[in-house]
Amino acid sequence: MAHDFSDPTGLYALVGEFESPETLKSAATEARMAGFKVMDAYSPFPIHGLSEAIGFRDTKVPWTVFIFGLLGVTLGYSMEFYTSVIDYPMNVGGKPLNSIPAFIPVAYECTILFAALSAAIGMFVYNRLPMPYHPIFNAKNFERASQDRFFLAVEAKDPSYDREAIEKVMKSNGALEVSECDF
Amino acid sequence: MADKRINDLFITGDQTYATIDQSVGRLVLDPKAHTTNWFKWLVVGVMGSGLLMFSIAWLLYQGTGTWGNNVPSAWGFDIVNFVWWIGIGHAGTLISAILLLLRQQWRNSINRFSEAMTIFAVMCAGIYPLLHTGRPWNDFWLFPYPNILGMWPQFRSPLLWDVFAVSTYFTVSLVFWFVGLIPDFATLRDRSTNKYGKLIFALLALGWRGSNQHWHRYEQMYYLLAGLSAPLVLSVHSIVSFDFAISIVPGWNVTVFPPYFVAGAVFAGFAMVLIWAIPLRKFYKLEHLITNRHLDWMAKVTLATGLIVCYGYFLEVFFQWYSGNPYEYKLLTKTRFDGMYAKFYWALIVCNGIIPQIFWWNKARTSNFWLIFVSISVSIGMWLERFVIIPMSLTSNYLPSSDKPYYPSFWDFAMFLGTIGFFTMLMILFIRFLPMINIFEVKDLLYKLKGKKEYVEGQLPVEMK
Repeated sequence: MAHDFSDPTGLYALVGEFESPETLKSAATEARMAGFKVMDAYSPFPIHGLSEAIGFRDTKVPWTVFIFGLLGVTLGYSMEFYTSVIDYPMNVGGKPLNSIPAFIPVAYECTILFAALSAAIGMFVYNRLPMPYHPIFNAKNFERASQDRFFLAVEAKDPSYDREAIEKVMKSNGALEVSECDF
Repeated sequence: MADKRINDLFITGDQTYATIDQSVGRLVLDPKAHTTNWFKWLVVGVMGSGLLMFSIAWLLYQGTGTWGNNVPSAWGFDIVNFVWWIGIGHAGTLISAILLLLRQQWRNSINRFSEAMTIFAVMCAGIYPLLHTGRPWNDFWLFPYPNILGMWPQFRSPLLWDVFAVSTYFTVSLVFWFVGLIPDFATLRDRSTNKYGKLIFALLALGWRGSNQHWHRYEQMYYLLAGLSAPLVLSVHSIVSFDFAISIVPGWNVTVFPPYFVAGAVFAGFAMVLIWAIPLRKFYKLEHLITNRHLDWMAKVTLATGLIVCYGYFLEVFFQWYSGNPYEYKLLTKTRFDGMYAKFYWALIVCNGIIPQIFWWNKARTSNFWLIFVSISVSIGMWLERFVIIPMSLTSNYLPSSDKPYYPSFWDFAMFLGTIGFFTMLMILFIRFLPMINIFEVKDLLYKLKGKKEYVEGQLPVEMK
């Protein structure tokens, strides 16, 4: 999701700090039920079920990999066909010019190479990484998001942003601390 | 109590996320975590790499004649060592990709340094065929590119498949390793108190902030990479075995080669992981993360793959008799069972067939001595296996002119020792500068274990006898 940096001043989000994945998940679920939409969670390791709790769904990476895998096999085989049948035909041991079984290994390796590189590059592109600066890094205690704490941020651009209501949801689900974070 | 020790947990002691950060992160962030022993091993590694550089320089100056390769044995130590190293690398991918897909979460504590081993072993392997071409400055001819010679590579040749398989394997392993490191770089960035350390890890972490949306796509990518690497690793060693199996040389033209090579690769690789894991966990006090259960299970994988390899040896003997081919039969009875190289064949059977059977005993799988002893024996055995396959078949086939013995030269041994030194140097640098255990995956494992009943708070690591 793209972040709007057009107004680099003012409030970015209300951030709650949690001690465990469970409390984070229940807070996220409740916040979504309460109608907040523009939010994200931060954790030191992937938490299954958190995307569902926040309401985030995305299948761009698998589709990219599928398409690039197809592209890899097509390019790999076409290269073999062009070089061995069209541009430089050579009779090797009476084998047909288009030696399908012998062409499979290289076409296969090309498939894997394209698919794997597109998986990694696709992840970076869709996640907009590398991104050296992000306002969430200003949140209090945020250096622990990569260590042992779990954060939920409801962004100020959420149409129904309401500090009191969000704080209540977070606190009732066991937030250790709730604080505002600026750009 | 014996059973208690074997069914040790994957993470022992009273651990929290913070203690995992501390015990792994400290090895990178705190120079005092490394003693002079680390430096001594680095010196050994650098000296080995020097030997490698020197033997390469001599080889380039003198030509491939400095090696023992001769006309029936155009493949000698170079191909033996290539296959040996690439096989060692395969355990890393098996641990990181196949065990991930099989939801074997215990792999989380050993996958990082096995992946590092994969990359370094493939680097050592790659040196050999590149130099074996004789004119390594022309090695780019291996790749299909439009050229003024008007020629293209021969895509029907297993040797060219190898070029594609090994280069793809190296690239994909490197990508897999690097993306696995990114969340850990972020952790180190946030823990580092040193200005330069913080800057370096911040650059490497690429701004990773642990956002749920990022993790969501990250996990999709990670599982897809695992799904792509799993068949890749099988294909790489199958293709390496095609270098032999597609020919008509006695002893090589066997259909059992691909699975037999893959099992042998995993066998050798797990042995190498054990050789590194046991001292590392002891010197760096990581017994609570790489527990006795990990060693036990790795030993079991070694035993199981060892049995597959043994089955391959039986099949080879059977095929050579059952084929009715007199040249195959001559290779078996006159070259393998008897003759100047027979001692290597029998040493192979002892190292790979008999010694690993020690792992049937629970006590052996929990004893540092026996684990290391068997692992070293397996490493030697797997090297002998490639020696048995390559020079023995090449010096005993269809024509009397092939009956010429193969002797490795001094430079063959120098270069082999050199690659071992180079590998050691890279591993030693790796454990100093990068987190050798995957921090975020171990936290994930801890989180999942804490949800289970079997996790007992405060349980201490069990002493090894």
